[in-house]
Amino acid sequence: MSDLVATAPFVIAQQDGLQELNLLVEGMHCPSCVAIIEGALKKQPDVLSARLNLTTRRLRVTWRGDASFGDRWVNLIQSMGYRAVPFDITTQETAEQKEEKLLLRALAVAGFASGNLMLFSIPLWTSDGMEMGAATRSMFQWVQALIAMPAIAYAGLPFYRSAWKAVREFRTNMDVPISVAVILATLMSLFETSHQGQHAYFDSGVMLLFFLLIGRYLEARARGRARSAAQQLLQMMVGTATQIMPDGSHHAVTSSDIREGMRLLVAAGEKVGADGVVLTGVSDIDTSLITGESLPQEVCPGDRVFAGTINQSAPLVIEVTKAGEQSLIADIVRLMEVAEQGQARYVTLADRISGWYTPAVHVLAAITFAGWMIWGNVPWQVALLYAATVLIITCPCALGLAVPVVQVLASGFLMRRGVLLKSGSALERLYGITHVVFDKTGTLTLGKPKLVSPQSYDESALQWAASIAVHSKHPSSQAVAQVYHGALLPLAVREVPACGLEAEYEGASVRLGKRSWCHPDAPPATDTLPELWLVASGTPAVRFTFEDALRPDAQEVVKRLHAAGMKTLLLSGDRPEAVKAVAQVLDIDTAHASLTPVEKSTILDELKHQGAQVLMVGDGLNDAPSLALATVSMSPTSAIDITQNAADMVFQGESLRPVLTAWKVACFAQTLVKQNFLLSIGYNVIAIPMAVAGYVTPLVAAIAMSSSSLLVIANAMRLNWQKGKTA
Amino acid sequence: MNILVYLIPIALTLGFLGLIGFLWSLRNGQFEDLDGAAHRILHDDDPA
Repeated sequence: MSDLVATAPFVIAQQDGLQELNLLVEGMHCPSCVAIIEGALKKQPDVLSARLNLTTRRLRVTWRGDASFGDRWVNLIQSMGYRAVPFDITTQETAEQKEEKLLLRALAVAGFASGNLMLFSIPLWTSDGMEMGAATRSMFQWVQALIAMPAIAYAGLPFYRSAWKAVREFRTNMDVPISVAVILATLMSLFETSHQGQHAYFDSGVMLLFFLLIGRYLEARARGRARSAAQQLLQMMVGTATQIMPDGSHHAVTSSDIREGMRLLVAAGEKVGADGVVLTGVSDIDTSLITGESLPQEVCPGDRVFAGTINQSAPLVIEVTKAGEQSLIADIVRLMEVAEQGQARYVTLADRISGWYTPAVHVLAAITFAGWMIWGNVPWQVALLYAATVLIITCPCALGLAVPVVQVLASGFLMRRGVLLKSGSALERLYGITHVVFDKTGTLTLGKPKLVSPQSYDESALQWAASIAVHSKHPSSQAVAQVYHGALLPLAVREVPACGLEAEYEGASVRLGKRSWCHPDAPPATDTLPELWLVASGTPAVRFTFEDALRPDAQEVVKRLHAAGMKTLLLSGDRPEAVKAVAQVLDIDTAHASLTPVEKSTILDELKHQGAQVLMVGDGLNDAPSLALATVSMSPTSAIDITQNAADMVFQGESLRPVLTAWKVACFAQTLVKQNFLLSIGYNVIAIPMAVAGYVTPLVAAIAMSSSSLLVIANAMRLNWQKGKTA
Repeated sequence: MNILVYLIPIALTLGFLGLIGFLWSLRNGQFEDLDGAAHRILHDDDPA
């Protein structure tokens, strides 16, 4: 097997002659893959440790010995059917991951502090100074200050930073009132403590941060899995190819050194390194990476091949027509990067609300201060105290929880129904969609060939074909083997590359494979379906035809989408006849065939410009840019990892129903979010007059704040009772 | 009430130890792969 990837530059030499290599592993589907890969590596005599992270799909191998062993581990992993690519560990810890860790640390500190503060708050609330001496009271308050001050300084950092940034740019966001309220509450409490006053809000300040940090952390986690899809794709493409020099000698070139006009030798099983034209050789090309089509495509001299596809059966010599930056894959990467940047500009409902909430609250606090100063006849300290309580009590605690709690519950609910939600705001975007755009192969269809009317074949022909076909991993062969359930003939089968399978039986040869090899003089077929021929001496040749079956409930899902008032589109890179047939069966509004990835995303762009909110469902690499460009996107788990990364949601199984389920859950979740906003605003309508009138004490603030938060959480819980409606 | 002089520091110290423990495990990378760690216990021959 050839070295697909040179790992040497990525190996990190450690002390005592240890070597370390970090790999990105693609193609893992379940936790036992972790055990298989780690186990295989640990069995190698030189390997000291191998640890694979299931969440990030990163594998760290350390071994004793030569740095060049790295290639062996990669080959070992690839021989087990996974793809592995080295990466540079230093560039990988992103700002987002750091932010998530900071939030978790802040959450821990706030949790610790608010728990311990309660130890002192409860005695302070429940006694009115009679049972507890003034000295003890004062000591309790000082201990509270001792715990709260460092906690507020540290746990509030995420809010202060973002608020400061907003204020510096003359904007405002939810973090501004939070920061002002927390800092004011602390300063005021310090002042009150030093004057033996009543109004020490240390516990409220810390509890506020604690609740808000829960919301923030949940939000960051939902976002954490997001998208460096384009970057990952480029990493998968790093590798080497074999160049044929004009004098006939062979040379290894890295993918960045491939130029137009070079001749490359692509061995069987190897990835095509650049876009090009076949010069010599006949083979099958697996294009599933790009189109999602599982049936290999036959190529002969003159045909075009694309970088990233895999040459399956026989060596090919290609002439490079487009290298590196011009290749189809590079086009896709560029489109995706542009689309991903555009996606970041989406403004969530919570952000829109905080736009008017913040100024309103601050104006109210100012009015309270002015009002007490003018008409209240109280010293300025007291007026300021009431103004500050207004800020504390209106602090958007429930508002901050309103969205993340619903998101987390909805994503759990969808997860149990086979839909993995990858982006926090995806549900909110899904709620407003007007158009649903489908890819054909692998999305509306299963992407696997299925034998056309298996009952029409002769039993013995099926038995022969299945007995031979079980020896092959070719999708068509597997489709034949699947429909036959009887006993198989024990045959010695050999594979003839680019032709088919051949078995010896009682001295005669039986062939299952291509027309040109099995039955070259057969009359041309009336249809264009993929086919396999079975020929045995003495019996007539049998032609098996295949079709890509629709997902079983595709028709019903499309019908229901129409009933909900949505427009449907079918964008496919496939032949016009095939696309038209599917569009007719499913009654899809508009269908376009023979599209390149660029054309697909152009159509989507036009739709968006006409004001449509588009849900894109697709699975091929050619869909990835459209997925990233669409308002919101879904892809099946059968799609390659890069496409799954570009999508906001990933769904499992043979059914298309999850698309409908996700939409319904999104609608319900949006209702809950709106109710939550109303609840928290309703709470303010009651609490604000009390605060303005000066009736709020630390106890009232603590009860009001936690009860409104609990109310919002309880309302979000209703999502789990929706089983009957959306399942 | 003098007992408070001992009890308060003890309560706070214990809580603080818990916090330190959490921050240590966070720094130590124990929260990096929650999905994987949940399944790792089911693997047969994990030497750890």
